[in-house]
Amino acid sequence: MKGRKINPKRFEIGQLKIILLILPLVIFMGMPIIFIINHAFKPMEELFAFPPTFFVKNATLENFSKLIKFSDSSGIPLSRYLFNSLVVTVITVGLALLLTTMSAFALAKIKFKGRNALTHINQIAIMFVSTAVLIPRYLVICKLGLIDNLLAHILPLVAMPVALFLVKQFVEQVPDSLLEAAYMDGATDLDIYLKVIMPMIRPAVATAAILVFQQVWTNMETSSYFFSDDSMKTLTFYMNTLVNVNNTVAGQGMAAAASLIMFLPNLILFIILQNKVMNTMANSGIK
Amino acid sequence: METQVNTAAGPQETKPVRKKKNKISRRENNWRGWLFIGPYAIIFSIFILIPVILAAILSFTNFNAIQFPKFVGFLNYITILTNDAEFMKYVLPNTVIYAVIVGIGGYVLSFILAWALCNLTKPVRTVFALILYSPSMTTGVAMTVLWKVIFSGDQTGLLNSWLMELGIITEPVLWLTDTRFLLPIVIIIGLWSSMGIGFLSMIAGILNTDASLYEAASIDGITNRFQEMIYITIPQMKPQMLFAAVMAIVGAFQNGMITSMLVGNPSPGYASQLLVNHIEDYGFLRYEMGYAAAISVVLLLIVQLFSKGANVLLTEKDPYGKKGVDKDEGQED
Repeated sequence: MKGRKINPKRFEIGQLKIILLILPLVIFMGMPIIFIINHAFKPMEELFAFPPTFFVKNATLENFSKLIKFSDSSGIPLSRYLFNSLVVTVITVGLALLLTTMSAFALAKIKFKGRNALTHINQIAIMFVSTAVLIPRYLVICKLGLIDNLLAHILPLVAMPVALFLVKQFVEQVPDSLLEAAYMDGATDLDIYLKVIMPMIRPAVATAAILVFQQVWTNMETSSYFFSDDSMKTLTFYMNTLVNVNNTVAGQGMAAAASLIMFLPNLILFIILQNKVMNTMANSGIK
Repeated sequence: METQVNTAAGPQETKPVRKKKNKISRRENNWRGWLFIGPYAIIFSIFILIPVILAAILSFTNFNAIQFPKFVGFLNYITILTNDAEFMKYVLPNTVIYAVIVGIGGYVLSFILAWALCNLTKPVRTVFALILYSPSMTTGVAMTVLWKVIFSGDQTGLLNSWLMELGIITEPVLWLTDTRFLLPIVIIIGLWSSMGIGFLSMIAGILNTDASLYEAASIDGITNRFQEMIYITIPQMKPQMLFAAVMAIVGAFQNGMITSMLVGNPSPGYASQLLVNHIEDYGFLRYEMGYAAAISVVLLLIVQLFSKGANVLLTEKDPYGKKGVDKDEGQED
């Protein structure tokens, strides 16, 4: 009986007690999410109904069509922002995954001078607070001539110390004997990286992808500070201006639609990959 | 791996032939290692390392973004401590209160919830974990819209309407302009979104604990779940606890977004002004970038200090005697 309480296979009455205890918190955490989803589909009269409603009654796509119409009339179409966001997100996530897995391989499996120092520096950088160095970052971007260049969206977010840390922890679990056998057979580092390491660390790659995606997709800093050309800004930035500038009646509906559009990709990606994330997290400890 | 590096670093006493051989393999390894880590290292240096160093340099200057920075010594730091009324009166106390409640409170809460979830079956656990994690994905627009509607100051605000229905209040409360409520609201939202990646790490850590230890413990007289948690679960998952602690500390000190998105910067009466908001205020509204840089350096140091503290607390002893692993990691710490 005892000792099998962690990760039980079957439902027991004792678990009901725990469920009841944490249920209020789960509801508190989950309710706002339900609200976001409901809110986006509310027609105008429900958005401003009194007393206000939580759930949508007559679901409509009105808010979404208004959002598209509004952006069409504002000079730069929504599709442009969407295009910017997609390009930036895809390139950033791709580049980040490439660089992160390569360095994780080096830090975990190649012996070279400076490895410990680099691991240590990266570990310290996990505690990096990016807002704190917004000004110097801006100066760096200026000096590199990247203002209004698409790269200013991408490069600052490519190096993500937490992602590298998690992937590195995972790569360390790949048995050395496997790599040695491959080296014996004449494999080069590149072969090992591509054919041995990469297939074995898919869960960690998925986790890193989620982390980088969330950071890029919701990032407003780069648009606000590194770009003056509106047509180069991202969807996130545009959606945010909608919410802040348009505090009008029509703006509320568009904001509700915008919030769902921005939130949903995060949620879907996480649901798809959650198994892999938990798998990665098993190695997340700092010793 | 440690031994390899060590022999390569101190080959003096070995034979000349051996020394040469070592040197070659070392140089070769260096080249290979740096080839793989190089691209990351370059980007990391340009966008993380150099900005941090620049912030440190700028913090000793008077810089208004137009003229060339003028060296002023420790003036900015002295100003923070002695001459910044808002900082001492609002920003620092707010930050401390927020960090204590959201940092420590959120950390304890994530552990309790993670532990509770691990006592449930997998399907239930997965759904609950997803719900609890989802707020930390709700940033930016979604967060603003959501909480603005809930805390709206008129009768259409959800909270106002509920409280009025329950008869607790008779007329709507201006939640987002009343300085008494701003900080509590920001703290609640902070707590709401504090089940992040550290929380997931804790779940994984608990699930990974060695099941046989629980059986052994029950023979040794550990009877309830609480004892199990203190004596078996926590000691076994210290590495995950530390990771989660670092994430909690970073989260507690860098989350200025809630304030600036919900009520703007500076917040009414500085009631919910946090360190990060103070940096934005000076850097991008007043253009006193030297001063903002000094606050940034203070912030970075605070985060480092607390993380070191967590490190000391959570790595003091390892009852499982994984000496080899520890020795290796110890050099990196």
